[in-house]
Amino acid sequence: MSGESTYKPSNGFARWMDTRLPIMRLVHDNITDYPTPKNINYWWTFGGILTFCLVTQIVTGIILAMHYTPHVDHAFNSVEHIMRNVNYGWLIRYIHSNGASMFFLAVYIHIFRGMYYGSYKAPREVLWILGVIIYLLMIAAAFLGYMLPWGQMSLWGATVITNLFGAIPVVGDSLAIWLWGGFSVDNPTLNRFFSLHYLLPFLIFGVVILHIWALHVPGNNNPIGISVKSKQDTVPFHPYITVKDAFSLSIFLILFSYFIFFAPNVLGHADNYIPANPLVTPAHIVPEWYMLPFYAILRAVPDKLGGVILMFSAIFILFLLPWLDTSKVRSARYRPLFRQFFALFIIDCLLLGYLGAMPAEGIYVVLARVGTVYYFAHFLIILPMLGIVEKPKEVPASISASVLGGSAQAAE
Amino acid sequence: MIGRTPTLLAAWLLLVGLAAQSTANAAGDAKHPQAVDWSFGGPFGTYDRSALRRGFQVYKEVCASCHGLNQIAFRNLAQPGGPEFSEAEVKAIAAEYEVTDGPDDYGDMFERPALPKDRLIEPYPNQKAARAANGGSYPPDLSLITKARSGGPDYIHALLTGYEDAPEGVEMRAGLYYNPYMPGGKIAMPAPLLEDLVEYGDGTSATVEQMSLDVTHFLNWTAEPELEARKKTGTMVLIYLTIFAGLLYFSMRRIWADQH
Repeated sequence: MSGESTYKPSNGFARWMDTRLPIMRLVHDNITDYPTPKNINYWWTFGGILTFCLVTQIVTGIILAMHYTPHVDHAFNSVEHIMRNVNYGWLIRYIHSNGASMFFLAVYIHIFRGMYYGSYKAPREVLWILGVIIYLLMIAAAFLGYMLPWGQMSLWGATVITNLFGAIPVVGDSLAIWLWGGFSVDNPTLNRFFSLHYLLPFLIFGVVILHIWALHVPGNNNPIGISVKSKQDTVPFHPYITVKDAFSLSIFLILFSYFIFFAPNVLGHADNYIPANPLVTPAHIVPEWYMLPFYAILRAVPDKLGGVILMFSAIFILFLLPWLDTSKVRSARYRPLFRQFFALFIIDCLLLGYLGAMPAEGIYVVLARVGTVYYFAHFLIILPMLGIVEKPKEVPASISASVLGGSAQAAE
Repeated sequence: MIGRTPTLLAAWLLLVGLAAQSTANAAGDAKHPQAVDWSFGGPFGTYDRSALRRGFQVYKEVCASCHGLNQIAFRNLAQPGGPEFSEAEVKAIAAEYEVTDGPDDYGDMFERPALPKDRLIEPYPNQKAARAANGGSYPPDLSLITKARSGGPDYIHALLTGYEDAPEGVEMRAGLYYNPYMPGGKIAMPAPLLEDLVEYGDGTSATVEQMSLDVTHFLNWTAEPELEARKKTGTMVLIYLTIFAGLLYFSMRRIWADQH
């Protein structure tokens, strides 16, 4: 927190340590006593859930790497070896594979929460940008990781995506060969993907630390979107927020466990239990559910290069969000028009996700084009316009006032 | 906000379900298999030992002539949660087969009876030999077949029992057979099961339906040998988490009491 530190060393050792490595001060100011708006709701608990997801993926991933062999002749069987012969290997692998889905589920909720409550607006632009970087790294890590079991979808998914680089003018073909380490997705590709898949989580971890740092300078946004004005508006992070985060995490874990233990393969594709075969192309190559909206955008464009550009733009446009939204009011609670367009935007994303799983033909392509146009229109036309056209509702004077006002309303 | 919370959460779950559903449906035009009430289905499902043993017999006497089961070792047949043959039975089953071992101290390969540690014997020395013997088609390894086909065990059972005469206008090349459950309708495997093809030791009558159910049951075990342990652990985990969440909820209420 940028404010005064409230840490008081309680004994001689703590005082000695504090003048050398003030780590206890760091913990005190950022975890124990970090002032948090008292009105944040359950949508704010997903930051903690995401941290849990990251640590879970790293821990299970390190254990999986002890038993996995990144070689085209052995990768598939080494995964089955984990499933069958390693003690609780099935549990570790199912946590890791479903953990990726849970990680994305949580990050999407986290991102949409930020969008709904205007958490990207000043002074939190850098916080938002760091978040988008984490999301990009997550996509890369998930894509690389999906290749490792070396099933049919691993091979062909990797082929489709790496082929996209071939669409880049002039250097495209050389770039693709450089990425593959050969003339197609093969053993060198699998090896480097494994290496990079092991690297990325630690990069994510680093950016997460920056993300939390950038959060703790301005402090949390909150559902009414007005800044903290006095101590009355906040509670110390511990125990108020820690217990709320823990409760929310426990509910999240119930959903997570349901998938791990009772439907471990429902989010994956059956074809990935067929060993990779460069001579047989699957009937439909589909990415994991969390990438489907972008896949729909990619295929909506008749031109390959155009599709690639639009797909990447769909993610990169998020970097500009703090400046595309021209409204001074943060929270959607006081923005009646924005709220409706936000709902439309979510429907659009869901629609694109659905279309990404469908074959790229007939009505699906037409709808995907409409959905793609609307996706970009939301950012490039609707958001800038809304700030000018929309008449926001009256915003409460302070967080405490809104909490009291809220109960007054309930009494009516 | 409280009122909208479940709505938005529902929307998100819908997304997940939708995506799973739509990927599952991507297989296309094939006839949809009927759902079978498997004993291993549902949250408390377990395998039926006798069905697994009968299924192994069908695999061994019928499927194994063309299909491998390369993820399975003889010893797996004795492990908990599977057919649970005794150690002695597994030794006897393994000893029916010869495997190539070596090289010995003179550098020569030699044949010996299979041991529980050995994997099940492959029907063909390599994929080319398999294709040559089957008119160019490769009979896939069956270890993971129920996980590797959308529709899972329901699909396998439907396929095994779903052979029909090709409808009018569908041209069949020699060596291809009509099966409406197969994507595209054409399959290189002739109907593999015929009435009384095997003789069950436990007196169960070996109808096509029964053999198909048994062998599919067995193949679901080869694909998911951890299923019983997984569901049992999962039940305990969910009970634990529910209690834990309850405790956290009341702790939270108590901690936040002074703020409301």
